[in-house]
Amino acid sequence: MKRVLQFTAAIVLAINLAWWFFAGANAGWTKTSVATMKIDAITGIEYPVWEKRFVPGVDFIALGATISGLVLGIAYLPNLYSKKSS
Amino acid sequence: MKPYIALLAAALIVSNSLAETSTFDFKDPKGVNNVTFTLDAPLESISGTTNGISGTITLDPENPTEVTGKIIVDAKSLRVPNAVMQDHMLGDGWLDTEAHPEISFEVSEILNRQKDGPSGTAEVTGVFSLKGISKKITAPVKVTYLPGRLADRTGGSTEGDLLVVRTTFTFSRSEFGIKPGENLDKVSDTVTVSLAIAGAAPKN
Repeated sequence: MKRVLQFTAAIVLAINLAWWFFAGANAGWTKTSVATMKIDAITGIEYPVWEKRFVPGVDFIALGATISGLVLGIAYLPNLYSKKSS
Repeated sequence: MKPYIALLAAALIVSNSLAETSTFDFKDPKGVNNVTFTLDAPLESISGTTNGISGTITLDPENPTEVTGKIIVDAKSLRVPNAVMQDHMLGDGWLDTEAHPEISFEVSEILNRQKDGPSGTAEVTGVFSLKGISKKITAPVKVTYLPGRLADRTGGSTEGDLLVVRTTFTFSRSEFGIKPGENLDKVSDTVTVSLAIAGAAPKN
């Protein structure tokens, strides 16, 4: 059981970091929509066009690390194994 | 006879001056007109936009000695890249858009005009209203007059002129009752606003 939880914690952290990295390694806050700037040909005004896109940020890493840490913490709870052995 | 001549001359002068002024409508169905705002923050600047802009400005584009009008922003249309942050921003803790759905700037005076071809710069003074608080501010503006270009924008369906207005100014959020003196370690007190809008004056 301990091994399973340790493995789960490692997988959660790895998926979390890989998702963050391959989604653009955004060093800011998580974004749920992104603005792309375009230029109006007649007026020359630069304007944003929004699209819904999930871009994980540092808070996403923090969430993944917290979940991973909790799972790892459970793996080392003494009661979990004392119940098993009894 | 003389009074009639004077009256006729006065009427001609008035009608001539009225003919030179145009009213530009800044409601933009294309969604190009936009306002961006930025607040400095430790991790990254908080930046958002809106294109929920309306209002009119009346002036003589060739000689804008007098300007009247009001630009209105629908506060609920303000958008930031994070949905949770947006809910907080529009909520009663920050902008309270339910109680104060409009942000506006009413133009009252134009100063230090300088013309450079179809464009010009000036300082515009007016009343900026946000979250129920109104204060007089002065902002530098760049104006470009595009006579006869409305048809290009409407695919030829409407003839008329365009007026492009750009400005960037700053204000203190504390002065407008937006968490005065609070959260300064997370979000700066200074808000930078950039506005780029085009108004249309159709001609019959």
